[in-house]
Amino acid sequence: MLIWIIFAIMTGAAIFALLWPLSHGRAGAFADAADAKSLYRAQIGEIERDIARKLIGPAEAEAARAEAARRLLRAAGDEGSPAGETESSLRRRRASSALALSCVPLLALLVYGAYGSPDNPDQPLSARLQDDPSKQDFALSFARIEAHLAAAPTDAKGWAIVAPIYLREGRYDDAARAFAAAVRYGQPDTETLAGLGEARIMAAGGVVTEEARASLAEAVKLDPKNARARYFLALAKEQDGDGKGAITALRDLLADAAPDARWAQGVRRRLEQMEADAGRNAIAALAPADQQAAIRAMVDSLAERLKADGGTLAEWTRLIRSQTVLGDKAAARETVAMARERLSQDGPALTALDVLAGELALKETAP
Amino acid sequence: MIVEIGHFALALALGVAVVQSLVPLWGVSRQDRALASVGSMAAVTCFLLVALSFGALVVSYVRSDFSVENVASNSHSTQPLIYKLTSVWGNHEGSMLLWVLILTLFGAMVALSRRSLPARLRAGTLAAQGLVTVAFLAFTLLTSNPFRRLVPAPAEGQDLNPILQDLGLAIHPPLLYVGYVGFSITYAFAVAALIDGRIDAVWARAVRPWTLLAWVFLTLGIAMGSYWAYYELGWGGWWFWDPVENASLMPWLAGTALIHSTVVMEKRDSLKVWTILLAILTFSLSLLGTFIVRSGVLTSVHSFASDPQRGLFILGILIFFVGGSLALFAWRAPLLRQGGLFAPVSREGALVVNNVFIATSCATVFIGTLYPLVLEMVTGDKISVGPPFFNATFVPVLVPLLLVLPLGQSLAWKRGDLLGAAQRNAAAFGFAVIVALATVAVTQGGPVIAPLGIGLGVFLVTGAIMDLGERIVARASGWPAILSRARGLPRSAWGTAFAHAGVGLSVIGIAAAAWSTEAIGELKPGERLTSGRYTIVLESVTPRNGPNFRAEVARFQLFSGNRELAPVEAAKRVYVARAMPTTEAGIRTDWLSQAYIGLGDTQPNGAVAVRLYDKPLILLIWLGAIVMAFGGALSLTDRRFRLAAPRRATPSPVAAQPAE
Repeated sequence: MLIWIIFAIMTGAAIFALLWPLSHGRAGAFADAADAKSLYRAQIGEIERDIARKLIGPAEAEAARAEAARRLLRAAGDEGSPAGETESSLRRRRASSALALSCVPLLALLVYGAYGSPDNPDQPLSARLQDDPSKQDFALSFARIEAHLAAAPTDAKGWAIVAPIYLREGRYDDAARAFAAAVRYGQPDTETLAGLGEARIMAAGGVVTEEARASLAEAVKLDPKNARARYFLALAKEQDGDGKGAITALRDLLADAAPDARWAQGVRRRLEQMEADAGRNAIAALAPADQQAAIRAMVDSLAERLKADGGTLAEWTRLIRSQTVLGDKAAARETVAMARERLSQDGPALTALDVLAGELALKETAP
Repeated sequence: MIVEIGHFALALALGVAVVQSLVPLWGVSRQDRALASVGSMAAVTCFLLVALSFGALVVSYVRSDFSVENVASNSHSTQPLIYKLTSVWGNHEGSMLLWVLILTLFGAMVALSRRSLPARLRAGTLAAQGLVTVAFLAFTLLTSNPFRRLVPAPAEGQDLNPILQDLGLAIHPPLLYVGYVGFSITYAFAVAALIDGRIDAVWARAVRPWTLLAWVFLTLGIAMGSYWAYYELGWGGWWFWDPVENASLMPWLAGTALIHSTVVMEKRDSLKVWTILLAILTFSLSLLGTFIVRSGVLTSVHSFASDPQRGLFILGILIFFVGGSLALFAWRAPLLRQGGLFAPVSREGALVVNNVFIATSCATVFIGTLYPLVLEMVTGDKISVGPPFFNATFVPVLVPLLLVLPLGQSLAWKRGDLLGAAQRNAAAFGFAVIVALATVAVTQGGPVIAPLGIGLGVFLVTGAIMDLGERIVARASGWPAILSRARGLPRSAWGTAFAHAGVGLSVIGIAAAAWSTEAIGELKPGERLTSGRYTIVLESVTPRNGPNFRAEVARFQLFSGNRELAPVEAAKRVYVARAMPTTEAGIRTDWLSQAYIGLGDTQPNGAVAVRLYDKPLILLIWLGAIVMAFGGALSLTDRRFRLAAPRRATPSPVAAQPAE
């Protein structure tokens, strides 16, 4: 409401300013000729002063004076007849007032009405920061902490709060800086050190840098059980080429894990991948003939295990593919049959086996 | 609430501007003084409203009120205060508001100027100015509203384009806009004169200060923009014949011609029609510049908006004002009374030569700027018209003009004596030839034309000094007389001399650019790079963070020959909010020359790519512009009435001098 009162006052003031000269202005025609005459008189006066200052000689002054006089005469000739306050002049004033009274508020309301938002209060940053925190969105409170940190860059607690958020948002450089500040200005605890290690690794695109390793090592020194630090140290081992060490470290880590630890799932997956890699690497190191034998031994052991205990569709598929690749089509067909038998309860799995058999050209003799 | 008050004030200003454009015009046509006087009140009211509006936007920026869309997309809460302020006009909408603010400021100044302005001319001028204000206010409100709100307000703004986060933004656009918009007043004066059918020395007298004011600011604005580009873009160029630069050069050229033709009109009541046309063309070129920058036909640092709706709107404004005023000119100009006659060889004749050459040079820039744009629009072919075109067209037109400039300024009004003028300038010319020859002897390398350019510049400077000397010393004997004559000499004469000497200084600076050298290298700490007279040694590269950017600062020791100068720092910055890199060139001024260091990327092995330039006498380019503007300002303060005193037909040898 207040804002509309202000708008009304502004409009009133603007219109008043326009109406003022209409009611107080001097009536009558222009005094052009008088204006021009005064100009040329001033010019003649200037010529006299120039002579006094000896800027021009008498001959030039004479010529200039003649020129000015000529113009003065011409200006005097232009003089029109002055008009007084007449009926029509009054009408013109009324029309002008009407224009000012209607056009100004109308245009202002039209334009402002289309584009303005009178109900929208100002929201300067300082006001937004002082608002009730429970009403603020996350980004705003985050901005507030950041602003606070810009002013007080030695507040370790603040850095420890923003750092994991940066890390989650993928701003790895910022995360690393924030963790480092938290470590530098505060009591370094293992979580922060481990976080610093992780941020540095992520910032380096997954490579465990020397710096990252240092902070991880420190974290483990403070708390040998810290899972995050141990996990990334295991990765460091793997990147150093110590695959076996890495696997052992991850196995130890999983052994220590609480049964309901949420991170355990991820670590287990990583461990499986490492083991698979390790197996492949071990075979790759053998001579070609031995390689073949080793692979065959692995496939045979898998086949035996499946025959004895059964397995998932994925395991059966792996076995079938391996046998086909090894050129043992008969064994592969046998395995398909066995898998169909074992998985007979599972409709989608049977379809998948059919498709696989077709793909590997095992079909024609399949039952 | 402040935001909304600002918005409403702007809408209110539109209504007031409509009244300002209609009522005084009616008053002029009906010979009604009361109606005409509404113009002054309306102009002042309009200015106050727009100022209120501009103030509201400034407050929103300072308080980081991100509920205003314009603030949110162009500033950041961590910006230093000065950049929060300059962010106001570092974007399309805000700069339009600044444009309108200056437009109405000029209107208010005309309304309040008490001197020598006939009421009738004032009313007509304010009406025309009001019409321009209506157009630009409507454009701002309807297509580029700076007060659009954003709900909910974002937590943080998107920051200003890092290239613009520089002190240059505080100086360059306001200066330039005062120049651009100032010519709207001369335009309004011209339209008023055409509507009224009356044009005389009174008119010329009234227009002169406004033209000079606009010209001074435009000169400074262009020079500042050029220096800003020079130090900010990091590769040492200072003029790129970029269409946006040309857009500001064209009104400057036309304005320069206008200043000279107004002199003829004021003193000799001549060249009236041409002067009116120039006044119209100058502002039309300003409008054209606005169109080029804001319609999205170009992309550069300057082009804010690429909204076709805005482009169409500005095109409409352009067609209305240029077409309308030219039509008015075609209709009314034949009615204007012709003025005094003059011999071809006279000061007037020289000024006509000036106008012809400047208009031609302006036309070459016009063609070079618009032809590629039009061609692209019509055929889709992209061609680029660069320095070679302008060197081949603009320079050859301008050089003869500069060559005859000292002759022209020493000719007498009405009937001149060419031989006498040549004799008076012989000494200056001889000196210039000697300097040019000495330059050839001292330097090696560089194109043949460079020493000639130096000679030309020296000729202009000495010509200006000799001309002053002629007026002061030649007719006085003894020091007291000289001093009193120097004091008595009109300030406009001093202004002319300064402005022409400034042109000379700039020409010297530009010619000397031929000897600038460049070296590129990859430096590790302790390694050195030499270019021309300067050698740098990289001392260190250290990180240094600013409020809203991170920087890598390279520190160099700088040697000129064996003399060690103060160390220089150059930097690369990354602005966090936009993740955008900028370069901060390291510049060390060594008298009028500069050593210029631009940083490139850091190589994997730790070396930094560095460019080192030796820029001899480069400061003269901008110093010349400042001297020119100073001359204009001097002339501006000369408010005396003056008629040209023509020489008598049978001259006595002593009186062979112009009046001023």
